[in-house]
Amino acid sequence: MVSLVSKPKVGVVTFPGSLDDRDAQRAVRAAGGEPVALWHADADLHGVDAVVLPGGFSYGDYLRAGAIARFAPVMGLVISGARAGLPVLGICNGFQVLCEAHLLPGALIRNAGRRFVCTDQWLRVERADTAWTGSYEPGAEIVIPVKNGEGAYVADSHTLDALEGEGRVAFRYLRGNPNGSARDIAGITNETGTVVGLMPHPEHAIESLTGPGADGLTIFSSLLNRLVAA
Amino acid sequence: MARVVVDVMLKPEILDPQGQAIVQALPRLGFNGVTDVRAGKHFVLDFPGEVDEKTVQEIADTLLANPVIEDFEIHS
Repeated sequence: MVSLVSKPKVGVVTFPGSLDDRDAQRAVRAAGGEPVALWHADADLHGVDAVVLPGGFSYGDYLRAGAIARFAPVMGLVISGARAGLPVLGICNGFQVLCEAHLLPGALIRNAGRRFVCTDQWLRVERADTAWTGSYEPGAEIVIPVKNGEGAYVADSHTLDALEGEGRVAFRYLRGNPNGSARDIAGITNETGTVVGLMPHPEHAIESLTGPGADGLTIFSSLLNRLVAA
Repeated sequence: MARVVVDVMLKPEILDPQGQAIVQALPRLGFNGVTDVRAGKHFVLDFPGEVDEKTVQEIADTLLANPVIEDFEIHS
Protein backbone atom coordinates (compact mmCIF):
# COMPACT_ATOMS: atom_id res chain seq x y z
CA MET A 1 0.00 0.00 0.00
CA VAL A 2 1.39 3.36 -1.05
CA SER A 3 0.29 6.16 1.22
CA LEU A 4 -0.91 9.45 -0.21
CA VAL A 5 1.82 11.43 1.51
CA SER A 6 4.79 9.43 0.31
CA LYS A 7 5.42 9.15 -3.40
CA PRO A 8 6.23 5.75 -4.88
CA LYS A 9 9.98 5.23 -5.00
CA VAL A 10 11.53 4.19 -8.28
CA GLY A 11 15.16 3.14 -8.23
CA VAL A 12 17.36 4.05 -11.18
CA VAL A 13 20.57 2.02 -11.34
CA THR A 14 23.79 3.76 -12.34
CA PHE A 15 26.45 1.43 -13.69
CA PRO A 16 29.90 2.70 -14.66
CA GLY A 17 29.16 3.92 -18.18
CA SER A 18 25.43 4.57 -17.74
CA LEU A 19 24.38 7.68 -19.68
CA ASP A 20 20.68 8.17 -19.27
CA ASP A 21 20.27 7.59 -15.54
CA ARG A 22 19.67 11.29 -14.83
CA ASP A 23 17.05 11.56 -17.58
CA ALA A 24 15.35 8.45 -16.23
CA GLN A 25 15.31 9.98 -12.73
CA ARG A 26 13.86 13.16 -14.19
CA ALA A 27 11.16 11.17 -16.01
CA VAL A 28 10.22 9.41 -12.77
CA ARG A 29 9.91 12.79 -11.06
CA ALA A 30 7.86 14.23 -13.94
CA ALA A 31 5.46 11.31 -13.64
CA GLY A 32 4.97 11.98 -9.92
CA GLY A 33 7.36 9.45 -8.41
CA GLU A 34 10.39 9.80 -6.20
CA PRO A 35 13.53 8.71 -8.02
CA VAL A 36 16.09 6.86 -5.93
CA ALA A 37 19.63 6.65 -7.26
CA LEU A 38 20.94 3.10 -6.99
CA TRP A 39 24.63 2.36 -7.48
CA HIS A 40 25.84 -0.76 -9.26
CA ALA A 41 27.70 -1.87 -6.12
CA ASP A 42 24.73 -1.37 -3.77
CA ALA A 43 23.91 -4.28 -1.51
CA ASP A 44 20.28 -3.28 -1.02
CA LEU A 45 17.51 -1.69 -3.06
CA HIS A 46 16.65 0.99 -0.45
CA GLY A 47 13.00 -0.02 -0.33
CA VAL A 48 12.14 1.00 -3.89
CA ASP A 49 8.80 -0.01 -5.43
CA ALA A 50 10.26 -0.50 -8.92
CA VAL A 51 13.59 -0.32 -10.74
CA VAL A 52 14.71 1.27 -14.01
CA LEU A 53 17.87 0.06 -15.74
CA PRO A 54 18.82 3.06 -17.88
CA GLY A 55 20.53 3.43 -21.22
CA GLY A 56 24.20 3.94 -21.82
CA PHE A 57 27.29 1.82 -22.22
CA SER A 58 27.70 -0.01 -18.93
CA TYR A 59 31.27 -1.23 -18.46
CA GLY A 60 32.08 0.15 -21.90
CA ASP A 61 29.96 -2.53 -23.57
CA TYR A 62 33.00 -4.79 -23.07
CA LEU A 63 32.50 -8.44 -24.01
CA ARG A 64 28.85 -7.88 -25.00
CA ALA A 65 26.50 -5.01 -24.19
CA GLY A 66 25.12 -5.68 -20.72
CA ALA A 67 27.22 -8.82 -20.14
CA ILE A 68 29.29 -7.40 -17.27
CA ALA A 69 26.51 -5.25 -15.77
CA ARG A 70 24.37 -8.33 -15.44
CA PHE A 71 26.74 -9.57 -12.71
CA ALA A 72 26.97 -6.26 -10.81
CA PRO A 73 26.15 -6.65 -7.10
CA VAL A 74 22.90 -4.68 -7.32
CA MET A 75 21.70 -6.95 -10.13
CA GLY A 76 21.44 -9.94 -7.82
CA LEU A 77 18.76 -8.02 -5.91
CA VAL A 78 17.10 -6.74 -9.08
CA ILE A 79 16.93 -10.28 -10.50
CA SER A 80 15.51 -11.86 -7.33
CA GLY A 81 13.14 -8.89 -6.95
CA ALA A 82 11.95 -9.18 -10.54
CA ARG A 83 11.28 -12.89 -10.08
CA ALA A 84 9.17 -11.98 -7.03
CA GLY A 85 7.11 -9.40 -8.95
CA LEU A 86 9.11 -6.18 -8.58
CA PRO A 87 8.40 -4.03 -11.67
CA VAL A 88 11.60 -3.55 -13.68
CA LEU A 89 12.05 -1.48 -16.83
CA GLY A 90 15.12 -1.83 -19.02
CA ILE A 91 15.76 0.93 -21.53
CA CYS A 92 18.27 0.34 -24.34
CA ASN A 93 21.39 -0.83 -22.45
CA GLY A 94 18.99 -1.78 -19.66
CA PHE A 95 17.09 -4.00 -22.11
CA GLN A 96 20.40 -5.60 -23.06
CA VAL A 97 21.14 -6.20 -19.36
CA LEU A 98 17.70 -7.80 -18.83
CA CYS A 99 18.32 -10.17 -21.75
CA GLU A 100 21.82 -11.04 -20.49
CA ALA A 101 20.29 -11.69 -17.05
CA HIS A 102 17.72 -14.01 -18.68
CA LEU A 103 14.85 -12.01 -17.19
CA LEU A 104 13.74 -11.54 -20.80
CA PRO A 105 14.39 -13.97 -23.67
CA GLY A 106 16.52 -13.29 -26.73
CA ALA A 107 19.42 -10.91 -27.22
CA LEU A 108 20.36 -7.61 -28.85
CA ILE A 109 23.03 -7.68 -31.53
CA ARG A 110 24.70 -5.11 -33.76
CA ASN A 111 22.31 -3.20 -36.01
CA ALA A 112 21.77 -4.87 -39.37
CA GLY A 113 22.71 -1.61 -41.14
CA ARG A 114 26.03 -1.47 -39.20
CA ARG A 115 25.31 2.11 -38.23
CA PHE A 116 24.54 3.71 -34.93
CA VAL A 117 20.96 4.91 -35.32
CA CYS A 118 19.69 8.06 -33.61
CA THR A 119 16.24 9.16 -34.68
CA ASP A 120 12.68 9.83 -33.57
CA GLN A 121 10.91 6.52 -34.05
CA TRP A 122 7.26 5.57 -34.45
CA LEU A 123 6.14 2.65 -32.31
CA ARG A 124 2.92 0.79 -31.74
CA VAL A 125 2.01 -0.14 -28.17
CA GLU A 126 1.11 -3.82 -28.54
CA ARG A 127 0.48 -4.48 -24.87
CA ALA A 128 -1.35 -1.82 -22.88
CA ASP A 129 -1.73 -3.88 -19.72
CA THR A 130 1.79 -4.34 -18.36
CA ALA A 131 3.09 -2.55 -15.26
CA TRP A 132 4.80 -0.05 -17.57
CA THR A 133 2.21 0.41 -20.34
CA GLY A 134 -1.15 0.27 -18.55
CA SER A 135 -2.02 3.92 -19.20
CA TYR A 136 -1.63 3.73 -22.99
CA GLU A 137 -4.58 3.08 -25.27
CA PRO A 138 -4.22 -0.41 -26.77
CA GLY A 139 -2.59 -0.08 -30.18
CA ALA A 140 -1.50 3.52 -29.52
CA GLU A 141 1.01 4.86 -32.05
CA ILE A 142 3.69 6.91 -30.35
CA VAL A 143 7.00 8.65 -31.14
CA ILE A 144 10.03 7.99 -28.96
CA PRO A 145 13.72 8.49 -29.83
CA VAL A 146 15.79 5.43 -30.60
CA LYS A 147 19.60 5.60 -30.31
CA ASN A 148 21.61 2.44 -30.45
CA GLY A 149 24.37 0.59 -32.23
CA GLU A 150 23.44 -2.85 -30.94
CA GLY A 151 19.67 -2.80 -30.98
CA ALA A 152 18.72 -5.62 -33.32
CA TYR A 153 16.50 -7.96 -31.32
CA VAL A 154 17.09 -11.62 -32.10
CA ALA A 155 15.77 -14.89 -30.74
CA ASP A 156 15.23 -18.32 -32.25
CA SER A 157 11.98 -18.76 -34.19
CA HIS A 158 10.48 -20.92 -31.45
CA THR A 159 11.01 -18.11 -28.91
CA LEU A 160 9.69 -15.47 -31.33
CA ASP A 161 6.56 -17.57 -31.98
CA ALA A 162 6.07 -18.01 -28.23
CA LEU A 163 6.44 -14.25 -27.62
CA GLU A 164 3.87 -13.51 -30.34
CA GLY A 165 1.54 -16.29 -29.20
CA GLU A 166 1.63 -15.18 -25.57
CA GLY A 167 1.24 -11.51 -26.51
CA ARG A 168 4.59 -10.60 -25.00
CA VAL A 169 5.66 -8.16 -27.70
CA ALA A 170 5.08 -4.87 -25.88
CA PHE A 171 6.24 -2.43 -28.57
CA ARG A 172 6.75 -2.79 -32.31
CA TYR A 173 8.59 -0.49 -34.71
CA LEU A 174 6.29 1.30 -37.14
CA ARG A 175 7.09 3.02 -40.44
CA GLY A 176 10.50 1.42 -40.74
CA ASN A 177 12.66 -0.90 -38.66
CA PRO A 178 15.74 1.07 -37.53
CA ASN A 179 18.03 -1.82 -36.64
CA GLY A 180 16.87 -5.06 -38.24
CA SER A 181 15.06 -6.38 -35.18
CA ALA A 182 13.24 -9.65 -35.72
CA ARG A 183 9.56 -9.10 -36.51
CA ASP A 184 9.98 -5.35 -35.90
CA ILE A 185 10.14 -6.01 -32.15
CA ALA A 186 11.08 -2.87 -30.19
CA GLY A 187 10.21 -4.13 -26.70
CA ILE A 188 9.00 -7.22 -24.89
CA THR A 189 7.63 -8.19 -21.49
CA ASN A 190 7.90 -11.18 -19.18
CA GLU A 191 5.06 -13.62 -18.52
CA THR A 192 3.57 -11.48 -15.75
CA GLY A 193 3.89 -8.08 -17.44
CA THR A 194 6.06 -6.71 -14.64
CA VAL A 195 9.41 -6.72 -16.46
CA VAL A 196 9.58 -4.72 -19.69
CA GLY A 197 12.58 -4.04 -21.91
CA LEU A 198 12.68 -1.76 -24.95
CA MET A 199 15.39 -0.24 -27.11
CA PRO A 200 13.79 3.22 -27.66
CA HIS A 201 14.18 5.84 -24.93
CA PRO A 202 10.90 6.94 -23.31
CA GLU A 203 12.86 9.10 -20.82
CA HIS A 204 13.90 11.31 -23.74
CA ALA A 205 10.27 11.93 -24.72
CA ILE A 206 8.59 13.34 -21.63
CA GLU A 207 8.04 16.92 -22.84
CA SER A 208 8.13 18.75 -26.16
CA LEU A 209 10.85 21.15 -24.95
CA THR A 210 13.55 18.45 -24.94
CA GLY A 211 12.07 15.65 -27.03
CA PRO A 212 9.75 14.87 -29.91
CA GLY A 213 6.77 14.99 -27.54
CA ALA A 214 5.55 13.52 -24.29
CA ASP A 215 4.62 10.03 -25.50
CA GLY A 216 7.32 8.44 -23.35
CA LEU A 217 6.06 9.92 -20.10
CA THR A 218 3.15 7.47 -20.15
CA ILE A 219 5.57 4.59 -19.49
CA PHE A 220 6.51 6.18 -16.18
CA SER A 221 2.98 7.36 -15.34
CA SER A 222 1.67 3.86 -16.14
CA LEU A 223 3.93 2.51 -13.41
CA LEU A 224 3.02 5.27 -10.97
CA ASN A 225 -0.71 4.76 -11.60
CA ARG A 226 -0.25 1.04 -11.02
CA LEU A 227 1.67 1.58 -7.77
CA VAL A 228 -0.77 4.14 -6.39
CA ALA A 229 -3.77 1.94 -7.23
CA ALA A 230 -2.16 -1.10 -5.58
CA MET B 1 50.42 -23.19 -15.22
CA ALA B 2 47.57 -24.12 -17.51
CA ARG B 3 46.52 -22.13 -20.55
CA VAL B 4 43.07 -22.63 -22.02
CA VAL B 5 41.70 -21.00 -25.15
CA VAL B 6 38.02 -20.34 -25.68
CA ASP B 7 36.76 -19.35 -29.12
CA VAL B 8 33.33 -17.76 -29.32
CA MET B 9 31.41 -17.44 -32.59
CA LEU B 10 27.96 -16.10 -33.37
CA LYS B 11 25.63 -18.99 -34.18
CA PRO B 12 25.42 -19.59 -37.94
CA GLU B 13 21.85 -18.30 -38.14
CA ILE B 14 22.70 -14.99 -36.41
CA LEU B 15 23.53 -12.11 -38.74
CA ASP B 16 27.15 -10.96 -38.36
CA PRO B 17 27.35 -7.34 -39.56
CA GLN B 18 31.05 -7.19 -38.65
CA GLY B 19 31.87 -10.16 -40.85
CA GLN B 20 29.78 -8.63 -43.63
CA ALA B 21 31.67 -5.36 -43.41
CA ILE B 22 34.94 -7.27 -43.75
CA VAL B 23 33.80 -9.42 -46.68
CA GLN B 24 32.59 -6.31 -48.49
CA ALA B 25 35.89 -4.49 -47.87
CA LEU B 26 38.07 -7.27 -49.31
CA PRO B 27 37.29 -6.73 -53.04
CA ARG B 28 38.11 -3.03 -52.61
CA LEU B 29 41.59 -4.14 -51.54
CA GLY B 30 41.91 -6.43 -54.52
CA PHE B 31 41.16 -9.66 -52.68
CA ASN B 32 38.47 -11.30 -54.76
CA GLY B 33 36.86 -14.65 -54.19
CA VAL B 34 36.19 -14.51 -50.44
CA THR B 35 32.53 -15.52 -50.25
CA ASP B 36 31.92 -15.16 -46.51
CA VAL B 37 33.59 -13.91 -43.33
CA ARG B 38 32.39 -14.61 -39.81
CA ALA B 39 34.07 -12.68 -36.98
CA GLY B 40 34.45 -14.15 -33.52
CA LYS B 41 36.23 -13.73 -30.20
CA HIS B 42 39.33 -15.52 -28.99
CA PHE B 43 39.94 -15.70 -25.22
CA VAL B 44 43.19 -16.90 -23.68
CA LEU B 45 42.79 -17.90 -20.02
CA ASP B 46 45.76 -18.59 -17.75
CA PHE B 47 45.43 -20.59 -14.53
CA PRO B 48 48.13 -21.00 -11.86
CA GLY B 49 47.70 -24.78 -11.76
CA GLU B 50 45.63 -27.42 -13.44
CA VAL B 51 42.05 -26.58 -14.31
CA ASP B 52 39.18 -28.92 -14.98
CA GLU B 53 37.19 -28.70 -18.18
CA LYS B 54 33.93 -28.29 -16.26
CA THR B 55 35.12 -25.00 -14.74
CA VAL B 56 36.15 -23.64 -18.13
CA GLN B 57 32.83 -24.81 -19.55
CA GLU B 58 31.04 -22.83 -16.83
CA ILE B 59 33.15 -19.71 -17.43
CA ALA B 60 32.43 -19.86 -21.14
CA ASP B 61 28.74 -20.58 -20.70
CA THR B 62 28.01 -17.91 -18.07
CA LEU B 63 30.24 -15.04 -19.15
CA LEU B 64 32.42 -15.42 -22.24
CA ALA B 65 29.57 -16.49 -24.50
CA ASN B 66 25.87 -15.72 -24.56
CA PRO B 67 24.39 -19.11 -25.46
CA VAL B 68 21.32 -17.40 -26.91
CA ILE B 69 23.34 -16.08 -29.85
CA GLU B 70 26.81 -17.64 -29.59
CA ASP B 71 28.56 -21.02 -29.64
CA PHE B 72 31.92 -21.64 -27.99
CA GLU B 73 34.77 -24.10 -28.35
CA ILE B 74 37.34 -24.87 -25.67
CA HIS B 75 40.92 -25.70 -26.67
CA SER B 76 43.26 -26.78 -23.92
